[in-house]
Amino acid sequence: MITITHYLVLSSILFTIGLVGIIRRKNLLMLFFSTEIILNAVNIGFAAISKYYHDMTGQMFAFFIIAVAASEVAVGLGLLVLWYKRKSTIDLDSLQSMRG
Amino acid sequence: MYEIIAFYLFSFLTIGMFCIVVFSKNALYSMTALAGGMIFISGFFFLLGADFLGVVQIIVYSGAVMAVYAFGMIFIDSAKDVKEKIKGKRMIYSFSVAIAILLVVIVSSPIISSGIVANSPMIDGVGNSKMVGYILFTKYLVPFELTAVMLLVAMVAGIVLVSKKMDISLSLKDEYEAQDEFEKGVAK
Repeated sequence: MITITHYLVLSSILFTIGLVGIIRRKNLLMLFFSTEIILNAVNIGFAAISKYYHDMTGQMFAFFIIAVAASEVAVGLGLLVLWYKRKSTIDLDSLQSMRG
Repeated sequence: MYEIIAFYLFSFLTIGMFCIVVFSKNALYSMTALAGGMIFISGFFFLLGADFLGVVQIIVYSGAVMAVYAFGMIFIDSAKDVKEKIKGKRMIYSFSVAIAILLVVIVSSPIISSGIVANSPMIDGVGNSKMVGYILFTKYLVPFELTAVMLLVAMVAGIVLVSKKMDISLSLKDEYEAQDEFEKGVAK
């Protein structure tokens, strides 16, 4: 029998994978990918709670998270392309221009 | 029985795909693995009875978001490796492990379920899509409209940011100077 705990543990494992990606990678594109992973992990948790408590609120939150993720990608990728046009690198360390 | 098999199959596939995303050197491989992982995640939504959410997951993530990433990678030389030199590796890994353990402990500890009351409960005999539409257009109407405005703003921002003149910094230079530079670039 698959219980809510299974889904929540899976959700936290995926969340941790995304977090490790954010901490470890220096490529800005990978940072966006890791953010997507984290948002998806949270969505699984919301859907699981929605099923096991017979409540639609979790699914509603998941929908809004998907909308936020879609707009985040549009704006973030625009900024990334802009940064690449100016500096021709997508290294995360190149963002430190204010460090004396 | 089938639920158990499907759950473990999908979870191994999803975790494997996302590990490829995070640990792969090539950005193209990790993008493809991310698209695969998104489709496997929609399998979880179908298992959980959230049919509409699963379909939206496939359409929005595997369709729209991955297409945007693919088009964005046209502008970026993704074959060029980014030097990934990380200082203080041991600290980062110990932090990651600590956070992972903390998350598992938090989530797998028993939830105090008696205090939770369903805010908008599911009705038996009503399909998932119908229920989603009903709640979205009554209780969550204002957030829904705000989401529409937010998507419009994001679309405008995306178009403006990738448009032609934006690679010249107007704030750091004199405006005429930037204009000259832009025209020189066009002439080239």
